[in-house]
Amino acid sequence: MSTKILEIQNVKREFKMGTETVRALKGVSFDVNSGEFVTIMGSSGSGKTTLLNMLGCLDKPTEGTYMLDNVNVKNLTRDELAKLRNTKIGFVFQAYNLLPRTSALENVELPLLYNPLIGTQERKDRAIAALQAVKLDGRFDHTPNQLSGGQQQRVAIARALVNEPVMILADEATGNLDTRTSYEIMALMQELNDKGKTIVFVTHEPDIAAFSTRTVMLRDGKVQKDTMNVNRRSAREALDSLPVSDDY
Amino acid sequence: MKIINLVLLAMKALQRNKLRALLTMLGIIIGVASVITMMSIGEGSKQSINASLSSMGSNMITIMPFSNEPGGARLAGSSFKTLTIKDVNALQKDAPHIALISPLASSSGQSINGANNWPTTIQGVNPDYLEIRKLVVKDGIVFSDQDVRGSAKVCLLGKTVVDNLFPNGESPLGKVIRFGGIPMQVIGVLVPKGTSNFGQDQDDVIIAPYTTIQKRVLSTIYFNQIYASAVTESASDDAVKEVNTALRITHRLRDNQDNDFQVRTQAELMTMLNSTSSMMTALLTAVASISLVIGGIGIMNIMYVSVTERTREIGLRMSIGARGVDILLQFLIEAVMISITGGVIGVVLGISAAIIIPNMLNWPTVISESSIVISFLVCAVTGIFFGYYPALKASGLDPIEALRYE
Repeated sequence: MSTKILEIQNVKREFKMGTETVRALKGVSFDVNSGEFVTIMGSSGSGKTTLLNMLGCLDKPTEGTYMLDNVNVKNLTRDELAKLRNTKIGFVFQAYNLLPRTSALENVELPLLYNPLIGTQERKDRAIAALQAVKLDGRFDHTPNQLSGGQQQRVAIARALVNEPVMILADEATGNLDTRTSYEIMALMQELNDKGKTIVFVTHEPDIAAFSTRTVMLRDGKVQKDTMNVNRRSAREALDSLPVSDDY
Repeated sequence: MKIINLVLLAMKALQRNKLRALLTMLGIIIGVASVITMMSIGEGSKQSINASLSSMGSNMITIMPFSNEPGGARLAGSSFKTLTIKDVNALQKDAPHIALISPLASSSGQSINGANNWPTTIQGVNPDYLEIRKLVVKDGIVFSDQDVRGSAKVCLLGKTVVDNLFPNGESPLGKVIRFGGIPMQVIGVLVPKGTSNFGQDQDDVIIAPYTTIQKRVLSTIYFNQIYASAVTESASDDAVKEVNTALRITHRLRDNQDNDFQVRTQAELMTMLNSTSSMMTALLTAVASISLVIGGIGIMNIMYVSVTERTREIGLRMSIGARGVDILLQFLIEAVMISITGGVIGVVLGISAAIIIPNMLNWPTVISESSIVISFLVCAVTGIFFGYYPALKASGLDPIEALRYE
C-alpha cells in the first residue's frame, strides 16, 4: 500500500475582483499516492493554474483541506509555506526560470542554499549528482544562454530533484519545446517516476498526458474525469518512432 | 540562507552590473570623500590656530583698560588710561601665579634710517616681554633692566622693519634709526614669526624699553596693555583671579563698581577661534553630507529598478523555498555593499585629497580617525536606510505574480 502524498478534499478558491467574486475552483477532491505520475489537464479557464499554485503551496485554498505529505497547508504561515516548498516540492516551469548568467551547477544548488541544514560540500555533491541524473554531465559550468531549451529544462529538472522532494510539480514543462525534445523530457520524467518519484504534471496536450499513469481532467473549476491510464505510452519508444527526417 | 552566501550572492550581482554599481556608488563616494576632506581641513586649521597661539605663549595673560563709565559715557577701551606702573608692581608682588610680567606702551609712527623710512609700530616693554611672547633675538642682545631704568635709546627690530630700513642687506646692528624724531641704536634683530592668525605681520615691529617710549615718545604714564605669563598653562585661571583682586585694590574700585580693566587669557582666545573654525567645519560638513543623502537616494532608485528587473528571479527564489526575510536580506545586503564599497573608495579619495591639498593649496589638513569612522558608519546606515524599502518591496512580492511577471 503506497502512502498518500496529496490529499485534496473539496478545495475551493475564490478571488475577489472588485465587487465580484470569481470562483476558480468549486470543490476539487482527489488524492495522489506516492510513485504516481499524474497529469492534470484542462482547457484554459478550467482552474488548472489555480490548482497548480495551490498544489505548489504558493497559494492557500479558501475552503477545503489540502494535505501535503500529512501537513495541512491551510494553517501555515508564509515562512512555513516557503520551507514546505523548499523541502517537499520540486518545481519545473514552462519557461525554465533559470537564473541568467549563472552556471548550471549554481542554478541547481539554489534550493539547497535556502536549506540551512546543508553545508557547502554536500550542496555541491548533491547538485552534481542531480545534474548527472538528468544526463548533463560535463555541462556544469555552462550558463543558461549556452544551453539549448531541452538542456535548460533538464537543468530545471535537476534543480527540482536536488532537494529530494516528495513531489515534482511541473507546469507545462514541455510547452516551450519541440516534439522531439518534449519526448526526451518526458522520457526523463518517466525514468524518474520509475525510480519512485511522484510527479504531478500540468499540461493541456493530450499526447503528453498519455505518458502518465493517471489523468485528472479539470473543467470549469471541478474534476470532470479522473482516470488511470491503462495503456501508458513509453516516451522512449515514442522517441524512437519519430521519423528520422525530423533531424533537420 | 546563510549570511556568507548572501554576501557572495550580492557580490556576484554587483559584478554583473559593474558600471551601474559604480555609478550608483558615485554619490556615496563623493559624499564620503568630501566629508572627510572638509573635516580634515577644519581639523587642520584648528590645529594650526592652536599651534600658532601656543607659539605666542599658551600661558599668556593680557590685561587691557576697559570702560567703567566714569562719566556716564562709554568710550573705546583703548582710550582709557587706567594701567600704570603701580599695577605692574602690585602684580609682581601679589600674584604668585604670575611668572613674568611686562607693561606695553605702544605707538605708531614712521621709522627712518637715512633715506629709507617705514611706517611701523613701536612697543615699549621690559625684557620679560620677549619671554612672554616667545620672541627670540637672532643677532645682538636684549636691552637690560638697566636700560629700562635709564630710558635708554636702544631698540630691537623685527624682520619686516629690517628689510625696509636696510634694503641693501647691511647689518642693522649698532646703527642708529629714528622713530618719532628720537634716535635709537639698534642692538638686536628678532627671529621672524611670520603672519599671525589675524593676518597681522608679527615682524613689523620695533621693541624698545617702555620707559623710553613713555617718556620720550608718548609723554604719558599709562600703558596700553600689560602682558603677563602664568606659571603654567593650568595656573592661568588662578592667575586671572589674582590679577582681578590685585588690580581692583590698586584701582580702588568699590564692590559695586565694574572692573575698569579686562583680563584675557590665551585659552579664551583659543576657544573663541576654535569655535569659529568648528562652525565653518560643521557648515562645510553639512553641505558635504547632503551629497551622502543624494547618494543614498541614488541607491534607493537603483535598488527599485533592480527589484523590478529581477521580479521573476524573486518569484523563482520564493517558489523554491526562499522566505521573505531571505529576499529582504539579499537586496538589503546588496544595497549595503554598494554603499560600503562606495564608502571605502570615498575614504581613500578623501584621504588622498587631504594629503594633496596641503601641497597644492597650502592649507593645513589633519585627517581625524573620527571623521573616517563617522562617514563610514553614516554610509552603512545610508545603505540600510535607503536599501530597506526596495528590499521590503521585493520580499513582499506574491510569488505567483512574480513568477508570471513579464
